[in-house]
Amino acid sequence: MLTSSSKKSSLTWLVHLSVFLLVLIWTIPTAGLFVSSIRDKDQLSVSGWWTALASSEQKVVYRTPVPDSQIQEADQYVLKGNLFADSNASVSAFGFSSLKPDAFVVGSTATMKKGKTLTVQANGDYVVTSPVPFTKRGQRIFYTADVPPRFTLDNYREVLGSEGLAKSFINSLTVTIPSTVIPILMAAFAAYALAWMRFPGRALLLVTVVGLLVVPLQMSLIPLLKAYNFIGESFGVGSKTYLGIWLAHTAFGLPLAIYLLRNYIAGLPGEIIESARVDGASDFDIFRKIVLPLSFPALASFSIFQFLWVWNDLLVAMVFLGNNEEQLVLTGRLRELLGSRGGNWEILTASAFITILVPLAVFFALQRFLVRGLLAGSVK
Amino acid sequence: MADLTLTNVKKVYANSVEVLRDINLDIKQGEFIVFVGPSGCGKSTLLRMISGLEDISAGTLEIDGQVVNDIPPALRGIAMVFQSYALYPHMSVYDNMAFSLQIAKENKANIDKQVRKAAEMLQLTPYLDRLPKALSGGQRQRVAIGRAIVRRPKVFLFDEPLSNLDAALRVATRMEIAALKEKMPESTMIYVTHDQVEAMTLADRIVLLSNGNIEQVGAPLELYEQPANVFVAKFIGSPAMNILPVTINKVGSQTNLAIDATTSVNLPLQLDKKEEGKKAQLGIRPEDFTMTALHKNDVLISGEIAFVEALGESTLFHVKTELHDELVIAKFPGVWDIQRGDALALAAPAEKLHLFAADGNNYSQ
Ligand SMILES: Nc1ncnc2c1ncn2[C@@H]1O[C@H](COP(=O)(O)OP(=O)(O)O)[C@@H](O)[C@H]1O
Ligand SMILES: [Mg+2]
Repeated sequence: MLTSSSKKSSLTWLVHLSVFLLVLIWTIPTAGLFVSSIRDKDQLSVSGWWTALASSEQKVVYRTPVPDSQIQEADQYVLKGNLFADSNASVSAFGFSSLKPDAFVVGSTATMKKGKTLTVQANGDYVVTSPVPFTKRGQRIFYTADVPPRFTLDNYREVLGSEGLAKSFINSLTVTIPSTVIPILMAAFAAYALAWMRFPGRALLLVTVVGLLVVPLQMSLIPLLKAYNFIGESFGVGSKTYLGIWLAHTAFGLPLAIYLLRNYIAGLPGEIIESARVDGASDFDIFRKIVLPLSFPALASFSIFQFLWVWNDLLVAMVFLGNNEEQLVLTGRLRELLGSRGGNWEILTASAFITILVPLAVFFALQRFLVRGLLAGSVK
Repeated sequence: MADLTLTNVKKVYANSVEVLRDINLDIKQGEFIVFVGPSGCGKSTLLRMISGLEDISAGTLEIDGQVVNDIPPALRGIAMVFQSYALYPHMSVYDNMAFSLQIAKENKANIDKQVRKAAEMLQLTPYLDRLPKALSGGQRQRVAIGRAIVRRPKVFLFDEPLSNLDAALRVATRMEIAALKEKMPESTMIYVTHDQVEAMTLADRIVLLSNGNIEQVGAPLELYEQPANVFVAKFIGSPAMNILPVTINKVGSQTNLAIDATTSVNLPLQLDKKEEGKKAQLGIRPEDFTMTALHKNDVLISGEIAFVEALGESTLFHVKTELHDELVIAKFPGVWDIQRGDALALAAPAEKLHLFAADGNNYSQ
């Protein structure tokens, strides 16, 4: 008795622990991605996202503006100003040569060549003096500053605007939503027929569907494209259209959709369907009024799978839509950014986060159906 | 109006298993017919063939004189109540009952009237808005019955409607079904069960099936008193009838049977001369035994008591005899002070004895 209960509780602990670990493994990178995407791009390039809340030490070069603003005080020409435009960072050390960028502590006065002096205060105020008037170029000031954390939506503004992510976002939705709805609808009809209608050749059809499950997508991609182009040509439809990719995703998604939904629908209690038949319902009535509402968990869970797969797909999109600016989907856009802006982490993180936003929303909205639907489908 | 006739009906499933063989049956309008038999004997199959959910492999089924073999279930004028209730789980009680009428596109007011009438009859009015999952087993069963009633069918079909209920509820619902039949005397009802008590209490006529054959059709007491064969004799009545091997000694105005070397008994039965000397089977119901003493000459069977079941209202004695291996069961009302190991002598009135031929058929028919 004692051993069995302690065994059970240790097992529960194990389960809880693994769930916790899984959550951790999933959450940490997502959180990191999000935090990175809203950090200031200069801070992002020098420190990791986990230091986002601490102020960061930056070594910066500043050149004073063109010396129009110099004023004459006694026999000295003076340049005054502040190193920081708007932030409230603080300077810890400064210097005037790139060899010794932090030679002087703040508040002290550095003596430079030709009798010039430089003073920098902690708040960034600087004073440069010179016995002769300043000529064209401004004075370089090297300083080490502690910059407080700065969070900004600038990265998002930039990727959505100038990087064209907003357009791609719409494109991705245009591809994904019909590519999810069409196969689900078709598969539900097919699944009902394969499960509950008697007609010759039913078993053969089912076997065909199962056979299609194992056809690799890569193998059928090009023949499919050729066939589509050929047929499209005879109807005067262009080769790279949304219609094409909807049909392609529908075709690739249907076998699995039919198979899963048929198994679920075949598992519905037969007496309910017979009862409806005795009540005078036609097959279409039974499908619409009994089977569809009862299959909702299975439909929802398959929608999630199909949605995520289409949303994350790059290959089919490249083949059927190409990568012209107008129709580029998010995954394609991300790939382009990786090439052209590979060093700009703020661009990549913000783009990546926008890309996972929709899957996250779909997942959280439908997750209770996902869990329930999967269990229901597999157990029954 | 709703007579039902089955002629030479057969059922063969795709795997060529013959589940029903040559069923002939006439059911009159307003009858309460119960199909009873052991599990797997084909009761449900027969009922489903009548409903149209299962094809009829051979023979004809007529409802009101019209052959309906190829008519779909909904057009046969039948309604069916399933063992699992088969309620639509996502619809309220009201919608469950209204479903068939909505499919038939009847007008709303009429549907409402029918549903409320049925709900009233089955005391379901307070539950009309609930989903099936919020009902008890008995209430669910009543919804299933209500769903059948609103269709105003000519024939009601019930497939083991009580077997999912607990014992107390089963008795209560059984009485409700009997009351329902009284309220609708013109409806024909066909009821499938494996429980002989349900069959005995509900039926106008019982159809006893075994192994795809009809063993006997008749009123409940007819089956009890004049079983057509050993199978019926053993199936109806609890505990089951005792069957003893006997030899026919002499025929004539009475039939003399040898039970063992020293015991014989005379039955008021005239048999053909050619039966003389043949083996036969003597049936005695446990409740037909009387107690006697060993030295008396009306002793039919005697032996040692193997065990005693005291049920309070009656006592069952299982007696080990020298006649054959099976224990003979005797049932006496009340409580008895007789223990295991005691000797017991049993007699029985001659007119309560049943004589079956070696092949199982009753000699008196
Ligand atoms: N679809 C089927 N295919 C093959 N055999 C079946 C089928 N349905 C029932 N049977 C067989 O028919 C026999 C009678 O079944 P059924 O009518 O359900 O019996 P019960 O009298 O218990 O209701 C059983 O032996 C069963 O195995
Ligand atoms: Mg059955």
